[in-house]
Amino acid sequence: MTPSSDPILTLEADALTCRRGGRLIFADLSFRLRSGEAIALTGRNGAGKSSLLAMLCGQLRPEAGTIRVEGAPDVAPVELSHVVGHRDGLKTALSAHENLAFAQALLGDAALSPAEALAKVGLPHVAALPVGYLSAGQRRRVALARLLVARRPFWLLDEPMSALDTAAQAMLSGLMREHLAQGGAILAATHGPLGLDGVREVKIGP
Amino acid sequence: MASLIDLANPTRFMRYSAVLLPWVAGIAGVLLVVGFYLAWFVAPADYQQGETIRIMFVHVPAAWLAMMFYTMMTLSALGTLVWRHPLADVAQKAAAPIGAAFALICLLTGAFWGKPMWGTYWVWDARLTSMLVLLLIYLGIMALWRTLDEPSQAGRAVAILTLVGFVNVPIIKFSVDWWNTLHQPASVLRLDGPTIHASMLWPLLILAVGFTGLALVLHLVAMRAEIMRRRVRTLTILEAERLDRLSAESAPA
Amino acid sequence: MTRAFLAILKRDLALASRAGGGGELALVFFLTIVVLVPFALGPDLNLLSRIGPAILWLGALLSMLIGLDRLFQGDEEDGSLDLIRASVLPLELAVLAKGLAHWLTTGLPLALAAPLLGLLVALPGEAMLPVAATLLVGTPALSFIGAGAAALTAGLRRGGLILPVLVAPLTVPVLIFGVSASNAALGGTIPFATPFLILCALSLAAIVVGTLAAAAALRQSG
Repeated sequence: MTPSSDPILTLEADALTCRRGGRLIFADLSFRLRSGEAIALTGRNGAGKSSLLAMLCGQLRPEAGTIRVEGAPDVAPVELSHVVGHRDGLKTALSAHENLAFAQALLGDAALSPAEALAKVGLPHVAALPVGYLSAGQRRRVALARLLVARRPFWLLDEPMSALDTAAQAMLSGLMREHLAQGGAILAATHGPLGLDGVREVKIGP
Repeated sequence: MASLIDLANPTRFMRYSAVLLPWVAGIAGVLLVVGFYLAWFVAPADYQQGETIRIMFVHVPAAWLAMMFYTMMTLSALGTLVWRHPLADVAQKAAAPIGAAFALICLLTGAFWGKPMWGTYWVWDARLTSMLVLLLIYLGIMALWRTLDEPSQAGRAVAILTLVGFVNVPIIKFSVDWWNTLHQPASVLRLDGPTIHASMLWPLLILAVGFTGLALVLHLVAMRAEIMRRRVRTLTILEAERLDRLSAESAPA
Repeated sequence: MTRAFLAILKRDLALASRAGGGGELALVFFLTIVVLVPFALGPDLNLLSRIGPAILWLGALLSMLIGLDRLFQGDEEDGSLDLIRASVLPLELAVLAKGLAHWLTTGLPLALAAPLLGLLVALPGEAMLPVAATLLVGTPALSFIGAGAAALTAGLRRGGLILPVLVAPLTVPVLIFGVSASNAALGGTIPFATPFLILCALSLAAIVVGTLAAAAALRQSG
């Protein structure tokens, strides 16, 4: 049950057009995200990076164009993806462990246990603490630990390196390398480097 | 006054209150036992109301305490806003549920008393109604405490609410009296006042002091628990940060 | 899928029991309304007891609206909704779980507290059970009609203001049959069962329609 034994999946975006509030954000954007590949989504602020991620997550309907997963045509792309946006998706009143257990139950196809995932992001000691007690960087890492509790081929990340210190950034790069080596794929909207080799850059906008 | 300033330090408060607690608890216990004994076995049944008069021995002290705790919360609110006393908001937070509990006890015993007296559990009598409004104010204050999770910020907000409530309490009381007399002439039994017989007055006074002691014990315990809770909170946050630094230092190596 | 459904239900119940959930606030508001009505009408127990079911129903209805705006807004703000959207669970079932949790923490306590508050308005003893029963089967309708509106306003900062305006007109049938069933229990020409069964039907319909509407609204937002 390693991801490499799954059929090879490719996330395919074809001729996407995004219009918000009557303004054309981008048009005719196409790319393919293959297994084992990482794409860095770049572009100036407001170029539509977050809009594109929202489309991939099924929150935003594209004005034109299609998004589909080659190899799994019946499944919505979002059900094969992990999404970590700029909002952490954590409940401050619940402990880090409870948050991760909830995510695991919700996302299905369990991988690491919440405790193991927390250990992997270097936070084994906060498992029982309410997330409200944690600093912004710690919360970010708990949110990233979600990537590890359920197995999903595509990681869609919005500014994953923000709020992380250098050690945590190195940790995340390590996690991403592991995911790619297992046949996963990553699409990250980012301003800075991801710390990975062979990242393909997709630039939105002029 | 000097001792009060000394108590401002939470650590000192913890030490003194630990010494004080068993004594207050002991005295309150003795008074309650004696008071209840007198109230149950010594005091005569009322010639009009029979045995139900004994409900008064709980009902009246509960009413006193519900009002006393609100007054205390008002003083604490002043302590928070004016003197910035570090224990004031702790005292106030601990007082609210106790005050509310006594208001509730007062209303419930009133209802049980009302059933045999008036034939119904509840009448919109001016004093009962005022107590009900007081309970609502207590509940509002508790709700505000629960909604704001940062203690110092919550303390200020609740202090303002408490003071507004305090200014309002006499106005509410006056309006309720007005509303009540407007609608129904006072036909409600007058139970207290100096006409009360000594055989009932003594148990009542002893029980009132005993209940006050009990309330103080509860208040001290609640304050200590709140101080502990805040310390645990601060310590866990600090500890999580420290462990984080340690693992960050060891990771790159 | 059952696991994901239960996870949402369990999480919402845990959240309600921890940081100042809406349930206890709704109860306090219910009490407040029941206290305010006699101030407006006068303390005439005969009058109050006659309109007692109406007071309780109106109070419960308004109390259900308290905190309803937070049903999806909290999840929208902290990004949990994205997680729910990404889950294997169909959005309809996620809405059902959240609506159920809302009813368990708000509607159910209101229905259980109603007989106690009935004492304040001198509700006759034989009317207590019917009023509680009508609230028990009627409040799910309010939860789920509200869920639809809460989903529509989830992304709005001032959703809390709009929500009651959206929900109130839709609750009219529930109010009509809830109060008439309670009154029927006090005597009158119609038997209790007629309005009561219509109320049950309204609730079942509201659960279906509210769930579908809320899921559609959540899909579309953003």
